[in-house]
This record gives sequence, structure tokens and C-alpha cells, in this order.
Amino acid sequence: MLRYTLKRLALGILTVWFIATATFFGMHAVPGDPLSSDKSTTAKIRANLEAKYGLDKPLLTQYAIYLKNISQGDFGISFTQENRQVNDIIKEHFPISAILGILAIVFAALGGILWGALTALYRNRWPDSVIMFLVILGISVPSFVIAAISQMFLVNINAFAGTTILPVGGWGTVWHMIVPAMVLGLSTMAYLTRLMRSSMLEIVNTDYIRTAQSKGLPKTRIFSRHQLRNAILPVITVLGPAIAGITTGGFVVEIVFAIPGLGRYFVEAIQQLDYTVIMGTTVFYGAFLVFMVILVDLLYGWIDPRVRINP
Amino acid sequence: MSEPSTTTWHPSPSDFAPKPKHKSADAITRPAMSYWQDAWRRLKENKRALFSLYLIIGLVTFTLAGPYLWTIDPSAQDLDQIGITPGANRNVTIAPAYQPWYGPTNELYYDDDNALGLTLVGDATSQAVRLAWKSTLRGPGSAPYSDQFNHGYVIYRTLFALEPSDAFGLPLMETKNHFFEDRLDLQPTDYYYTVVALDSQGLETGQFATIALTVKRVITILEAQQRGLTKNGAVVEGDQIELALHPFGTDYLGRDMLARLIYGGQVSLFIGIFAPLLYVLLGVIYGSIAGFMGGGIDQLMMRFADFAVALPFLLFMILLKVIFGIGPGESGVLPMLVAMVILLWPAPARLVRGQILQIREESYVSASQLLGASTNYLIFRHMIPNTMGVILVTITFQVPSAIFTEAFLSFIGMGVAPPTPSWGSMCNDGIKSMLTRPHELFFPALFISITVLAFNLLGDGLRDSLDARMRNRE
Repeated sequence: MLRYTLKRLALGILTVWFIATATFFGMHAVPGDPLSSDKSTTAKIRANLEAKYGLDKPLLTQYAIYLKNISQGDFGISFTQENRQVNDIIKEHFPISAILGILAIVFAALGGILWGALTALYRNRWPDSVIMFLVILGISVPSFVIAAISQMFLVNINAFAGTTILPVGGWGTVWHMIVPAMVLGLSTMAYLTRLMRSSMLEIVNTDYIRTAQSKGLPKTRIFSRHQLRNAILPVITVLGPAIAGITTGGFVVEIVFAIPGLGRYFVEAIQQLDYTVIMGTTVFYGAFLVFMVILVDLLYGWIDPRVRINP
Repeated sequence: MSEPSTTTWHPSPSDFAPKPKHKSADAITRPAMSYWQDAWRRLKENKRALFSLYLIIGLVTFTLAGPYLWTIDPSAQDLDQIGITPGANRNVTIAPAYQPWYGPTNELYYDDDNALGLTLVGDATSQAVRLAWKSTLRGPGSAPYSDQFNHGYVIYRTLFALEPSDAFGLPLMETKNHFFEDRLDLQPTDYYYTVVALDSQGLETGQFATIALTVKRVITILEAQQRGLTKNGAVVEGDQIELALHPFGTDYLGRDMLARLIYGGQVSLFIGIFAPLLYVLLGVIYGSIAGFMGGGIDQLMMRFADFAVALPFLLFMILLKVIFGIGPGESGVLPMLVAMVILLWPAPARLVRGQILQIREESYVSASQLLGASTNYLIFRHMIPNTMGVILVTITFQVPSAIFTEAFLSFIGMGVAPPTPSWGSMCNDGIKSMLTRPHELFFPALFISITVLAFNLLGDGLRDSLDARMRNRE
């Protein structure tokens, strides 16, 4: 287990290096350069600026400096916001995205397991049909449309009540988080519901359920002790990729609900071509996702003893 | 077997004669079916999948045949009908050409209901709305009205009925006149005009008057002729004619929604179908090479795929879009396609490699080899048909995510460049005005949802019908 963990971690670090390299050379292939958008710069000022940001050095030297800085956790200084460190930007905005993402994951996982179990229990009866219809809808409607519609809904509810029941946008209190987290988690929840349903239905036909039934265990006990606990396993496997989906899905929700998270900041940086922020955020997100997937895989090995053998 | 009877049994020689041979017992009575015939038969039994297939064919036909049936240019603006909803009233009255107005000339009956006596002069038409008022504002004490207390007025306009707590709306003008003519982008709806008197400091006083009016759409003969609305014969002033038809309404720039949905569908479906086709093809080639080669090459190729698959997709999608850039006059569809192919090939490559490795170990492949089958025969008879099903299902399931990706990128402004429409960018436009004109968001969102839904259901059906293990399991 320890060897496996170390191997995964080493591969993860290699992957992050790959992401950083791809980002670095990708950003240097962008037509134009970060200083070209500045107000009329004389050659002298330009040279000074290039020296300040280290742009006058050869590409490979820049790459070496960049890697060294990243390995020390330093992503450099923003181009458009004078004297603001990319680290500070991440430190300030990432917790907001993280809280939103965690809430969304919790919502998606709990909802997915609950609805999936329900549909399996009421297989081919009306609760199953209704939930599966909603699930299909949740998978088929783009997240920004759901975000926009829920916002419209909030506006109407608040107008109807005459006061602000739930805020339409912004960030600050718990009330601000509820609707965005639900919207963000919705498609993942729909996906998990489907997965949970098929996994539940698969387990109904297993030997140990049959054994439990023939032992005369009460139905509720079979359901809670044998069916549910084993059906959750495949749901946990996809949580890793789901975290990735929710992180990027957060962009849309953050934009629509005016939440000052890192995703919205990234989109803004892209639009302003803020090179260091784009690179820093990409590498940071990439590393975050890589290690999240590793974490979920390790967690899975801990929960399900069958996969603990060296794969 | 019958019960052993208690009566005595006398065997006769005929009992030991061989039974007649059953010639038809192992005959193949049902017609032989190839893999694809069987898959098609199973798919046809799945009503949802079949319906989805027809829906997809219908959508593709809609976008491809649409431009020939509905010949309106998607970027042409109909300035008479901006942001109209589907089925809106298209009637328009022919009016005389616009004449400048310098205030009321004849004696007017001013409205007594409101403080300033605000009143409408003439008809409220889309050509002009003319208002006049007579100040009842008095000086200090009970000094009679005189022009020295006229410090000017502000005129506001809004689309919503005013509540006591509301603002007056859009300030149009500040004037010392007692009349005002509004010609600013008048649409045939209800408007609420408010005139507020100013004090000597130029600040708003509590003296105001509001008037509600319905604007009637008019058009001059010349305009009607220019826009080809006078179908046959001459028209005279006062006639009612119909404006151009927009079955799905128009957007915030007056562009025909149906035409934009058709052309936007071309972009969205092109990316949605061709991007998965290309990157799955690339993945299939890469994965099958790795799977066939095996050993060190396989390991090396797959480690690289592992790295590529770990790239955060949407971040790099955005990054690649920035790298490629969009030149002037380009739609940005091709860069998006290329970026998707660059980023998404590893997943199908892994899948196909796994399949190839699995099939290589199957006993029917060994049997085929034992019978002397050549490599070519193995590849074309066993490997390809047995992976085709999985590949087809993968492509079908990748289509919705490709469509979503296009929509997402267009939503954050990194997608196709205007004026090229795509369903995603139309949604992005529609969200901005969703409270007043929901149809601009509704239609593109509906088309995206239907397409994604159809591909998802078709994918489910294909998976069930193509999976060889599901065969003979009814």
C-alpha cells in the first residue's frame, strides 16, 4: 500500500511537471506578448519592463526560472494588477471556490446516493420514472441555463415575498452558497443517481443478497447493511473525476452568481491576457485535480479491500 | 420418462430398433444474422433509442436543409422588429413621413389628473411620441405661475408600471421647454413617461407627472417599399400591412431567431459530431498501435497518454483557444475542433488499447490462430468488429460533452466569434435579456438540451444493442 501510494505520488508530481511545461510553452506560443497591450512604451521602458519580468532572457532560462519558482510555490506577479502576487490571488479566491465545490460535492453525493437508492427500490414504478426523467433532464440541460433559470426563479420568489429570502448573487453568508452549490452539483448528482441505480440493481442479483434473503433477514436490514453499502463503492470511484468536473463547472456558476472565486478570476485573467495569472491558476488547478484523483483512489483502496492489491 | 408401470411388460424387438434420425433438430431455421444486423434489430426494439435516432436525423436535416427552406440571412437585422417574441403582432400602419415638431402650436387641452398637466399630443407611434405639459408650479407663497419659476424639467421613460418606491426609469432629457418629443428606439409596447420639475438648483422637486401610453407601430410608404413589404399594388396612408415574418421571434439586434438557430445548429452539431469523430479516431489509431505492439512501446505510449489525460481539460481548452487566437473574419470553429482533438484523444486510446489487449487473450482469437488465420484476418474479422461497438458507443456519448464544451466556451466568451451564431453563444446572448425576452434563451437552450438528450438516449440504446455480452439475454 505504501509503495503504491508513493508510486502514485511520484507519478502525480511528474504529471504536474508536465502540466506546468505544457502551460509554459503554450503561453509562450500565444501571439503577441504581455507588454504589447501597454500604453505607448518607449524602447527604454519596454526594456526595463522586460527585465523586471525576466522576459529578456532566453526561453529556456525563463523556463528554468519558472520551474524553480513553481517548485517553491511562487507563481510570480500579476501583469495587469501591479505588484499583486499570483499566490495572493489564489490564496484570496481559491477558498471561496473550494467551499462552493465542497458543498456541491456533498450535495451531489448525498443526493445521488439517495435518489439512486430510491429509484432502485421503486424500480419501474412511478417514483423511479419521475426521478429518472429529472435525471435525464439534469444531464441534458447545460449548467449555465440551469444557473440562469434558478436565478430568474430566485428573483421572482424574492419579488413575490417582498423581501430577500435567498440572495440572487454575491457571496458572504451561508445563504449565498445554497443555490449556487445546488446548481453546481446538479449534473454530477444526476450522473451519480444513474450510477447508483445501476449499481443497486446489479447488487440485487448477487449471491450475498440471496444469502441474506434466505437467512430471513428483514428487508430494511438487507437494504441498509448489504445493498446500500456495497452500491456506494462505484459512486466513490467517480468522485475523483467529478471533483474535476465540479471545479471547472464552477466557472459558470461563479460568473452567473457573481461569486468572487478563482474560476471567475481565471476567466477574467484570460480575457485580459494576464499571463502569470493564467499560468499560475492553470498549474494550481492542474496540481489540485491530479492530487484529488490520487486521494480519491487511495480512499477507495481503503474502503474497498478488494482493490488494495497492487494494481 | 413414464412411471414404472406395475403391469408386466413384454419387450418386442421393435423396441430395440434405432429411432428415426431427427434431421431438423440442429438445423438453423432462423436466418443467419451478422453482428450489425443483430445490433440493428435490437436497437429497433428499443423505442427510446430509435426515436432519438430519428430526432438526431431530424435535427441534422433541420440544420442542413434549413438554409434552403428559410433563406433569411442570420446576421441581417430587422430594425422594425427588435427582440420580438414568437407570434407577436406584425401589423403595421402606413403613416405619413416624419415632420419635425417644434412644440404644440394650437391650444391644447391639458390633462388635469396630474400635477403638471402632462398630456399626449397626437398619436403615440413608433415614429415619435410627443408630450406637452403646462407647469402648475408656483413661486413662493401663492404667487401665480410665471416663467421665472420654470427651472426646467427632466423626462423619464420606462417599460414597467411605476410603483411608489420605483425610480422613474431612463432619463431622456432635461429641458426648459413645455414639450418633449421622444424618437428613441420606440417599440410597439406600453411606455410610462414621467416629467419631473426641477428647482432653482437644478434638483428634482416633488412635482412630477406620469403618463402611460401604448405605442402604435407605423411605417412610411417609402420604408415599406424599401423593405419589400408592399407585396402587390400601391398602399396609401392608413393602410394596415404586415411586417416580415419571424416564426421564432428576433434577438436583441433584430436578427431572425430561426435563421440563427439553423446556422448555429450547423456550428454546434459540426463541432459536436466531428470533434468526437476525429479524436476518437486518433485515439483508436494510437490505442490499437499501443495494444498491438505491446511491451516497452506500449508502456511508453500509455504513460504519455496518462499525462495527457491528466491535463485539466477546460483550462487547457481555454488556453489552446488563446494560443490559436481568432483572426479577423474567422469563426473560430476550427481552432475549437483542433483544441478538442489535441486534448481528448487519450481517453478513447486507453479504452481501445484495453479492448485490444482483452480480445487478444480471447479463446476465439486463439482458436482462429490455431486454424491458421493470418494477422489480417484476425484484425479485420475479430479485432475491428469487436471494438467497433465500443468505439461507436464512445463517440455517441462524447457528442453531448462536445456540444456542452462548445456551449460552455461560447458562454464565457471563448467560443465562436460573432457574428457566427452557435447555440452556445445564442444562450450567452439570451441570458442577458432573459427577464424581458425569455425566448432568446429558451430556444437555443431547448435545442442544446434536445440534442444532448437524443445522443444520450441513443448512446444507451447502442450500448445495450452492440454489447455482445448482452446478446441472447432478452
